[in-house]
Amino acid sequence: MHNVPTAAVEHLRAVLDAPDLSGTKYRLVHRIATGGMGSVYLVEDTSLDRKVALKIITTPVSSGNLAARLIQEARIVARLEHPGIVPIHDVGTLVDGRVFYTMKYVQGRRLDEYTRQYRSLQNLLRLFQKICEAVAFAHANGVVHRDLKPENIMVGSFGEVLVMDWGVAKVLTESEPPPPASPEQRAGDTTGTQQGTILGTPAYMSPEQARGDLAALSDRTDIYALGAILYFLLTGRAPFDGGSSHEIREKVLREPPPQPRLFDPKIPRPLEAMALKAMAKDPAGRYPGIAQLSSDVVRHLDGQTVSAYRETLLERVDRWVEKNRFLIFLIVAYLLMRVFTFLTMGR
Amino acid sequence: MSIDTSIGGGKTKFPATRLSAVILTHSADEKERTRAFSTLIATYWKPIYKYVRIKWRKGNEDAKDLTQGFFAKALEKGYFDAYDPAKARFRTFLRLCVDGYVANENKAAGRIKRGGEATILSLDFEGAEQELLGDHAAAEASMDSFFDQEWVRSLFTLAVEHLAADLAGKGKQKHFELFLRYDIQAQGTEETLTYDQLAREFSLSVTDVTNYLAVARREFRTIVLDQLQSLTATEEEFRSEAKALLGVDL
Repeated sequence: MHNVPTAAVEHLRAVLDAPDLSGTKYRLVHRIATGGMGSVYLVEDTSLDRKVALKIITTPVSSGNLAARLIQEARIVARLEHPGIVPIHDVGTLVDGRVFYTMKYVQGRRLDEYTRQYRSLQNLLRLFQKICEAVAFAHANGVVHRDLKPENIMVGSFGEVLVMDWGVAKVLTESEPPPPASPEQRAGDTTGTQQGTILGTPAYMSPEQARGDLAALSDRTDIYALGAILYFLLTGRAPFDGGSSHEIREKVLREPPPQPRLFDPKIPRPLEAMALKAMAKDPAGRYPGIAQLSSDVVRHLDGQTVSAYRETLLERVDRWVEKNRFLIFLIVAYLLMRVFTFLTMGR
Repeated sequence: MSIDTSIGGGKTKFPATRLSAVILTHSADEKERTRAFSTLIATYWKPIYKYVRIKWRKGNEDAKDLTQGFFAKALEKGYFDAYDPAKARFRTFLRLCVDGYVANENKAAGRIKRGGEATILSLDFEGAEQELLGDHAAAEASMDSFFDQEWVRSLFTLAVEHLAADLAGKGKQKHFELFLRYDIQAQGTEETLTYDQLAREFSLSVTDVTNYLAVARREFRTIVLDQLQSLTATEEEFRSEAKALLGVDL
């Protein structure tokens, strides 16, 4: 009898759940992550001798609409050639009929993990700017992401930012594949896209998504999520949390997010205002485009006023002092020197 | 490879269908009931034997007798009729049955050796129990996982046997040899075996190695899931065990 040693038991447990890559040029290395719609594996491309990430749907092929969505995701991402968007290499079908695509293997950390270690606000705002640039590029190409959240953003080892997981993205000019059979395919929610169907992740979901109002989904839906990400960067927490998905969705629909400065009074008021403006319940109350949001971030970094916040006179003076601290120091030093000289000469 | 003594019988028989052996142990048809017991014995005798050896600190012969005795008694007294899938996994229920059985056997042996239940000495059983309590709790937790681990090993060992027969029947011995070499023998050793090395060793192309292994693993997975289904009482338990064992959503 072939008594299976413990190491072999563990090995078999790992590989039996792995995709069957026979007939492809890929060789499995290990699983990277599993989400609601699919799993991502690190594989080796044997023809090019490089490591790539392979994404595959986890449900059987019978739910053909999920396969269609995965292909659509690959096609959408393929058209978005931008340094902030993960590039797609290949699309195919495995021997068991499951659809897969391969993409660049991003070595880095998810934004939510990254922020646990790096809390410098300047640094985080620069990352946020890069996220805005990538999403703005997608919008310029008619693509809305619809599931932006810190878990879907990777920060590479050189500070590069990549927006991942375009599984529920939509080309605004195209119709979509039908929704999946299961109503709970994605992170406790769905990938479905029929009217009344809920898309995205509750904590970062816009009110129109929480309502399942597909007709209202637009690029301002992503602007809401960017506001929620900015909120997360400022406070270290999602705008709405606790309870079930349903409870969070109710909060998204009915409650304003808690003021970020309640969690940390040191958060600059202009940044708080920017996050809250981007997260306005009514899409019309949000930034009209990512360019305006991004511009506000740059202006804040440059010590200028931002469109989302009207300063008081005192705050304006305070900001001017903060921005011109060195100049003020020189003037004061000069004046002190003159006083000293005057007093000395006067003696 | 280990050499086992003859407990457990000869060549393992596998259920031809996906009917649950756990359910069939209640069958009115004696033949069906016996077949179901054979399936359970094939999978569980070794984990139980090892469990009795380690947890109950029994010698080799005692553990063999207790393992055989347990199954004989379970068949005779209908131990498994009391199993309620809503309360626990069958595996957990079985282990508790074994504990009860061995405890009773110990008690009976004590009565024989010491002249019944008469108290001869005034011993501080309560104090001794308190001293043991901490270690006992820890040992209990690790014995759970030990039993589970041995159960998985037994399941996989039977599946490998089945796979060998299956692939041989299809003229795919090389598929099995590759599987045995790479997925079983090379694991946990110093040897870092690559697909290139395997290809040279078996005079195949690397692509063939990938494909042969994939076929063998696919078959193996099917066999494991078939066995799992026969060892669980409900569809829910089956899905939960498959998720726990292989991480698969069925």
